[in-house]
Amino acid sequence: MPDPRFKILTSASTSGPGDAGRTGSWRVERPVIDMSRCIPAKTGKHACHLCWLLCPDNVVSKDIEPEIDLEYCKGCGICAEECPVQAIEMVPDADFIEGAERE
Amino acid sequence: MKMAAKTTVLNLTEEEFVHPGNRACSGCGLSILYRIGVKALGRDCIFVVPPSCLTVMQGLYPIAATQMPVLNGTFASTAAIATGVKAAMRRLGRATQVVAWAGDGGTSDIGIQALSGALERGEDIIYICYDNEAYMNTGVQRSGTTPQGSLTTTTPFSGKSEVGKNLPAIIAAHNPAYLATCSASYPLDFHDKLLKAKQIKGLKYLHVQTPCPPGWGIEEHMTVALGRAAVETGLFDLYEIEDGCLQLTGPSQQLLGKACLRPVREYLEMQVRFKACSDEQAAALQAQVDQRWAGYRDKFK
Ligand SMILES: Cc1ncc(C[n+]2csc(CCOP(=O)(O)OP(=O)(O)O)c2C)c(N)n1
Ligand code: SF4
Ligand code: SF4
Ligand code: SF4
Ligand SMILES: [Mg+2]
Repeated sequence: MPDPRFKILTSASTSGPGDAGRTGSWRVERPVIDMSRCIPAKTGKHACHLCWLLCPDNVVSKDIEPEIDLEYCKGCGICAEECPVQAIEMVPDADFIEGAERE
Repeated sequence: MKMAAKTTVLNLTEEEFVHPGNRACSGCGLSILYRIGVKALGRDCIFVVPPSCLTVMQGLYPIAATQMPVLNGTFASTAAIATGVKAAMRRLGRATQVVAWAGDGGTSDIGIQALSGALERGEDIIYICYDNEAYMNTGVQRSGTTPQGSLTTTTPFSGKSEVGKNLPAIIAAHNPAYLATCSASYPLDFHDKLLKAKQIKGLKYLHVQTPCPPGWGIEEHMTVALGRAAVETGLFDLYEIEDGCLQLTGPSQQLLGKACLRPVREYLEMQVRFKACSDEQAAALQAQVDQRWAGYRDKFK
């Protein structure tokens, strides 16, 4: 069934997420946003959104409090590197495994 | 010169055309470029793509990571295929944009004669060459645009000894309707140059530097910082050529006001691929950059 949103033809493949599977599993560190520092979250107004603009994988939302889709975030860390106020920290994913022993 | 649109992060459309979970590497410069570029092109487009990382990123059967119609062609014929698709659209009375997206290998080496022909005929298409400076999809072999001194799997010990092709200059010699250089680190600049290209009849050529973490030997989080360093050291210049007239644009234009640019060494030292680059090669590169920028300052001040 051709997708009615397209003005012209579609490819034989179906357009959708996860062509490479759940790419969140490629990650060793995940981005965690500190909302008390993030510019739009702090001011309650749309501003900055650089993490949304520069994320190669389209997993950051353009919301006042940006949300990251960890199912697919590949953990590149570009968002953390480019955030002008260092509101994003890359945290080892292992820290989030329930019951994991931490030193 | 046509009036340039000025898109900001705030007014850039939230509509997305690329799905997450695709096969591009983590931190891929091409992915940033593609995602933002398609926002400028919109849905009434057909893409023509030869074998490259972009083919893989757009998706393998049965899932497509892109929402755009894509015709995958053979390496040598990208511009010829785009010509044919455009002729078909004309025949059907459709204004559909036909956009070729090819890598540096697919453009500077394998696809150059079809592109040269399309340029000479003045075909009404957009041709985007994303330049990650090697054949990346097959494992980092040297290409025509690989810079001198760069390690690749086919120049593994002392790096490429030859100087890379200046592909935009080769295209410029064909007098295209519009030519622009862009960088994945400045996606809004690319976005607005595409908006402009859409308004122009004839062949529009955009050459984009796209840093590639595995190919260049950089950490994934450094992709954007590295593309920025290429521009700020004066190594990769952002410009437009319209009616034969070259103008520096955006971030490169702003550099004209600076007394000195960041040293080229800073850029080289950020990447494993330049580990074998000798002091003489680095000094020669710096001298080239200084000379080019002295020329720009004379011309534009
Ligand atoms: C005629 C032909 N030769 C070789 C190949 C193998 N091949 C597939 S992708 C690729 C690399 C393309 O390099 P480039 O155009 O720079 O794009 P990138 O992979 O760097 O994105 C090669 C050599 C092919 N598919 N067809
Ligand atoms: S880049 Fe940083 S400050 Fe800007 S929106 Fe993202 S998290 Fe907030
Ligand atoms: S780590 Fe990379 S993929 Fe994940 S949200 Fe940040 S920029 Fe996007
Ligand atoms: S090899 Fe380089 S250009 Fe290709 S998908 Fe990976 S990062 Fe992107
Ligand atoms: Mg390439």
